[in-house]
Amino acid sequence: MNSIFKQRELGFRLGTGAVAFCLVLIVAAIGYELVRQSQLALAKFGFGFWINDIWDPVSGEFGARPFIWGTLYSSVLALLLAGPIALGIAIFLSELCPAWLRTPLTFLTELLAAIPSIVYGLWGIFVLVPIVRSLESALPSSLKVLPFFAGPPVGVGMLSAVLILAIMVIPFTSSVAREVLRAVPMAQREAAYALGATKWEAIQAALFYARTGIVGAVMLGFGRALGETMAVTMVIGNNPQISLSLLAPQYTMAAVLANEFTEAADELYLDALIEVGLVLFIITLFVNAGSRLLIWNMNRPATVRKPVPAAAAVGASA
Amino acid sequence: MNYDAIRRFRSTVVVWLSALAVVVALLPLAAILFFVLSRGLLSLNFAFFTNLPAPVGEPGGGMANAIIGTLMLIGIGALFAVPIGVISGVYAAEFAGTKLATAVQFAADTLNGVPSIVIGVFVYGIAVLPVRQFSALAGGLALGVMMIPIITRTTEELVKLVPMSLREGALALGATRGHATLSVVLPAAAPGIITGIVLALARIAGETAPLLFTAFNNRFFSTSLDQPISSLTVQVFTYAISPYEDWHRQAWAGALVLVMLVLLCSILARVATRRLERLQTGH
Repeated sequence: MNSIFKQRELGFRLGTGAVAFCLVLIVAAIGYELVRQSQLALAKFGFGFWINDIWDPVSGEFGARPFIWGTLYSSVLALLLAGPIALGIAIFLSELCPAWLRTPLTFLTELLAAIPSIVYGLWGIFVLVPIVRSLESALPSSLKVLPFFAGPPVGVGMLSAVLILAIMVIPFTSSVAREVLRAVPMAQREAAYALGATKWEAIQAALFYARTGIVGAVMLGFGRALGETMAVTMVIGNNPQISLSLLAPQYTMAAVLANEFTEAADELYLDALIEVGLVLFIITLFVNAGSRLLIWNMNRPATVRKPVPAAAAVGASA
Repeated sequence: MNYDAIRRFRSTVVVWLSALAVVVALLPLAAILFFVLSRGLLSLNFAFFTNLPAPVGEPGGGMANAIIGTLMLIGIGALFAVPIGVISGVYAAEFAGTKLATAVQFAADTLNGVPSIVIGVFVYGIAVLPVRQFSALAGGLALGVMMIPIITRTTEELVKLVPMSLREGALALGATRGHATLSVVLPAAAPGIITGIVLALARIAGETAPLLFTAFNNRFFSTSLDQPISSLTVQVFTYAISPYEDWHRQAWAGALVLVMLVLLCSILARVATRRLERLQTGH
């Protein structure tokens, strides 16, 4: 009787555990498959793939640097724009907002995350890009000497991509930052108020307490921006060049995959594209793992750390 | 000048700045919804839901095949993602703290962060390349892989919300953990889990990138699993980057249908969770 019971317990645990293990397997399989399918490119270009500037399918020379640059540049700029706004939203919703406004505002900001990427792209092509084009045309020529504003005002290009990415990552970053702020013990703020702090000074105390989690929230948004495909593909101009200019049409890793994958005629071309996917996978993996670690660290219940004598620490770990 | 006054002033400025941030974020939301509604309604008609795509210049084209295609792709994905996701979520919640549970949580978060286009490349490698054929099955597989982590995390959270006393009650009556989970914990969490799954399906229905080179696209009506199949999102993309005015109008109509789908599901989910919360707190 008892052993049957134990068997069933074990069966439940092993059964559900085996299915759950699938998730770990899928992640591993993605990495394995990307490496396996990009063999040709990996063998031919090696590490040079990351730093070669030339992407020429006709002559069979492939370097991913313009795409890596485009992906990182657009994402960093988008986060510079979205980060403060998302943080402001998180502060407003968790610290300042009247209770009756909180639920509807939270719902609305999260709706931004629910709108499909393709809809952002469509809106980007037909609404945002014309606006950006007229803004770019209106730039005073004194600014045009700066490398950031060099080039003709075409509308499609880095600036449009950055704007649309910023809009898209705001809800991700603000919702995580809000949760992180909510995890800050009330005592932190009360202590600040008790010392005569103003509202903003009390919020600063909470922000300082939550700093790792906030960095994690921004990194999570960064990870989202890195992998964003459709909206960026539709507005960035799809031209593999490395330029500081916001006006220049550029290209990202995700966009080159979306555009060229089904056109890749020969095997080396296809393998090079899959290797671009591998590079993107590796970069997002690091960014996401980093952000998760920071957020997890933050959300773990605070424990008082006692100084442990060296000998005891060795004994405990043995 | 009085330092306290400066501090108070600074505090007021920050309060207003953070309120401004909310407005700044809601402006694009309003702009997107406005354009999708106004342009979409202009071109949305009955034919959109019943007709096949028409060649350029021919009036009366629709996206009937794409709507069926999206539903099929979501269905195929859900068919394997829902069981895997729910069971993994139950494991992660019931055995929280074990090494495997932590690994599963981490894997779910990682998978959730993998760019959707990379999922497309992965599925291309395992389901398209070996048979040299784009197919509905491959598209559904790609969407399913994206659903799994969302469903896992939702299930885990909701199972953890079920009061310990319910579980202990079942165990005290001699149930095994498996029995307790199936007959007590899951039924208690089910409404929330179902809501979460519906929301996940609605979100994934809006995905384009993983379908580009798995399900591909199809101008014709098709329900066969081993053939390329059309989807709303890929169809909108094709139309949006085309140079034709007619097709742009169709793209806006498609976008409106997509947004409505996601919007309705989000609102339904919100209403459902609120009702659940009320039930649980007894108000």
